[in-house]
Amino acid sequence: MTPTTEADLAEIIGHASGPLRIAGGGTRSCGTPAPAELLSTSGLRGITLHEPGALTLVARAGTPVSEVRAALRAENQRLAFEPMDHRALLGTTGEPTIGGVVAGNVSGPRRIAVGAARDFMLGVRVVDGAGRILKNGGRVMKNVTGYDLVRLMTGSHGTLGVLSEVSLKVLPDVESAATLTLSGLSDAQAVEALSAALGSPFEVTGAAHDPEAGKTCLRIEGFADSVTYRAGRLQERLAPFGPVEVHAGKDATAATWAAIRDVTDFADRAGDVWRLSVRPSDAPALVARSGAETVRYDWGGGLVWLLMPEGTDLRANLGPFQGHATLIRAGEATRRALPVFQPENPVLARLSAGLRSKFDPRGILNPGVMA
Amino acid sequence: MEMPDPDAAILSRKANVVDRLQAVLPKGSVIHETTELRAYECDALTAYTCPPLCAVLPGSTEEVAAVLSICHEEGVPVVPRGAGTSLAGGALATADAVMLGTARLNAVLETSFDDRYIRVQAGRTNLSVTGAVEDEGFFYAPDPSSQLACAIAGNIAMNSGGAHCLKYGVTTNNLLGVKMVLMDGTVTEIGGAHLDAGSYDLLGLICGSEGQLGVVTEATLRILHKPEGARPVLMGYDSSEVAGQVVTEIIKAGVLPVAIEFMDRPCIEACEAFAKAGYPMCEALLIVEVEGSDAEIDAQLGRITEIAARHEPVELREARDADEAGRIWLGRKSAFGAMGQINDYMCLDGTIPVSELPHVLRRIGELAQDYGLAVANVFHAGDGNMHPLILYNANTPGEQEKCEALGADILRLCVEVGGCLTGEHGVGIEKRDLMLVQYDAPDLEAQMAVKDVFDPAWLLNAAKVFPLSVSASRRAA
Repeated sequence: MTPTTEADLAEIIGHASGPLRIAGGGTRSCGTPAPAELLSTSGLRGITLHEPGALTLVARAGTPVSEVRAALRAENQRLAFEPMDHRALLGTTGEPTIGGVVAGNVSGPRRIAVGAARDFMLGVRVVDGAGRILKNGGRVMKNVTGYDLVRLMTGSHGTLGVLSEVSLKVLPDVESAATLTLSGLSDAQAVEALSAALGSPFEVTGAAHDPEAGKTCLRIEGFADSVTYRAGRLQERLAPFGPVEVHAGKDATAATWAAIRDVTDFADRAGDVWRLSVRPSDAPALVARSGAETVRYDWGGGLVWLLMPEGTDLRANLGPFQGHATLIRAGEATRRALPVFQPENPVLARLSAGLRSKFDPRGILNPGVMA
Repeated sequence: MEMPDPDAAILSRKANVVDRLQAVLPKGSVIHETTELRAYECDALTAYTCPPLCAVLPGSTEEVAAVLSICHEEGVPVVPRGAGTSLAGGALATADAVMLGTARLNAVLETSFDDRYIRVQAGRTNLSVTGAVEDEGFFYAPDPSSQLACAIAGNIAMNSGGAHCLKYGVTTNNLLGVKMVLMDGTVTEIGGAHLDAGSYDLLGLICGSEGQLGVVTEATLRILHKPEGARPVLMGYDSSEVAGQVVTEIIKAGVLPVAIEFMDRPCIEACEAFAKAGYPMCEALLIVEVEGSDAEIDAQLGRITEIAARHEPVELREARDADEAGRIWLGRKSAFGAMGQINDYMCLDGTIPVSELPHVLRRIGELAQDYGLAVANVFHAGDGNMHPLILYNANTPGEQEKCEALGADILRLCVEVGGCLTGEHGVGIEKRDLMLVQYDAPDLEAQMAVKDVFDPAWLLNAAKVFPLSVSASRRAA
């Protein structure tokens, strides 16, 4: 089913007699698989408003991310949270949609500096599991009118409602960018170096570490003179960690960080892929006991991508820890055996189940995806 | 402003409720004498007052849990209070409610500069969070005007903003985790020192829920290193249209100032009379601030003044040093005080799309004339968050009602052009009855369903946010 209007979408959900599997571009096959009829948002397409001077863009949920990016590029703007493209990592095809990005709260390396998709969300229109059309937030930058269902819907993976339209804050693109690299650091030293850079006034917008290549990367962006200045200051600040190479150039920097963002290193390698969000300084010790074949650090160490032997329960290996682990890539058997999302404490699990029962009383939206 | 009638049965049980609360709290933590309760009869929306049944000042999460358990068992409403600086009546009590003050929850629990966060008890004031980390060069970014007094608990309840949120975001963008007590006394943690939710974004849901879903007792906040420096530029124009155009062009040019403040003529005149900051007399004044090293600031201000100069400013003044920067900010920072000296005023905070600025300013002027009241405008122009100040005399019979009616019309205008009722102050009681202007019935039903999950008996701050007629059946149940 591919509705082309919000009213059709509401009609379909309101009259659905069984479970629905919600898809945008179908580039992520997350969650525990369950039999359901496919409901695609790809027919809800088009940018409905772009006001460059107000830093605002409103688009129907099924609008391809590429279309959004092109419209923004024409005005020298961008999606600053830099949503990753899952296709290489998951071996999927299709066209990522802006609604899918929002439903998954999909962000990239710049999350550490400017925030996640959820931080750029201004408003949503959504059809809940009862077929009600709901709106929350709007198209302005500051809005505290009533409860913030915008953030509740962002990252809810279509289990509380199906997005029909999303409203986003966008930002100006930058004039210039550079990548700074350090070599040969241990994981702990690397996280320390990244923390030193992120705890500086020099506005680092990417902080990643690749233990296999022994390469630690920082990104700085802005006006050309400012990038040069801050690169110099960071070189001084990071001198205790060894020589810092500066690779200036916007295109080269974009390519480096697109690969980090999309975890392309793991694309052609067998194994499960997990995503771990933790306090940066906890990360190296957690990685040491994870049983991972290899890892990639992003967000200054706060995000770890782990390549794990198939079927391994990462959470069992880690024991109790602060943060959350999500299973991103695995076969069906593993996804049936292990919870994809980090199990919540009993109080939060009760609240989440309560919210699901309110927004999807019949339990038909993406059943099994989040619980 | 209508409030629900107090429950006579609860009023008659006051002594019993007070006894039970005193039994679980340290001596001096329960305030129940009529004269002492005067201190809790209102927040910064001073036009409305009502002392609570009693007030409690717990000093730990456990004490908060004990208080809420008792109130839950007794069926007594609870009104949480940060520092009482709400301009929307968010902390206004009813006579049958226990007011839960966070003033004694003010400790710093943990600081990590490596991981860039601080964990504090939620009653700590906003500015003292920065105070706890500034020796190391760090700060907590959200900066509401009341930051000297307001508490983090209230900031979280209202998702507070500030002058610098164009660059740094509002509370929800800087909040990493909370410890929270639900109305039935259950304690839980949401989030922590890591980023983003592992499941639903309940932290995002709590932030801005106006103390209706739970009482936050601890908060983990993101801290940032301070920029090397900051400097403002002041520009004056003969029309607000032109000033609005300048704002748009600055934003489009790729410069992202930390703040863009806008003042109109009535506001400039009042500030000038009060603070003598040396502002030009004109229709619209902009203060634009950028951050970085000296050279970076020069480069950014160069781009900004180039845009500003193209539009024939009546004045264009760059601060050359800290002293001049201080003078540029002086008038703006004393705007509310200046207004308070000459008049009573009501401060609105509707937000509009930046492109609608000239139209909205014109319409506000017309509406003000219709009502025979003066309105001064001072606001965060970069993000469209307006602060129209309606001037009136509270001692003139009928003038407050007239002022509120004008305020409602201005907020309707904000919604009509694609904006919202409140950008950073919250709904409270003040904008409660206008919620149906912005939302349809199903939208409010969905929001109230969230409260049903967290507080099924609707005991927590229940007379706020939703029109009383809309929430009546839930509150009565």
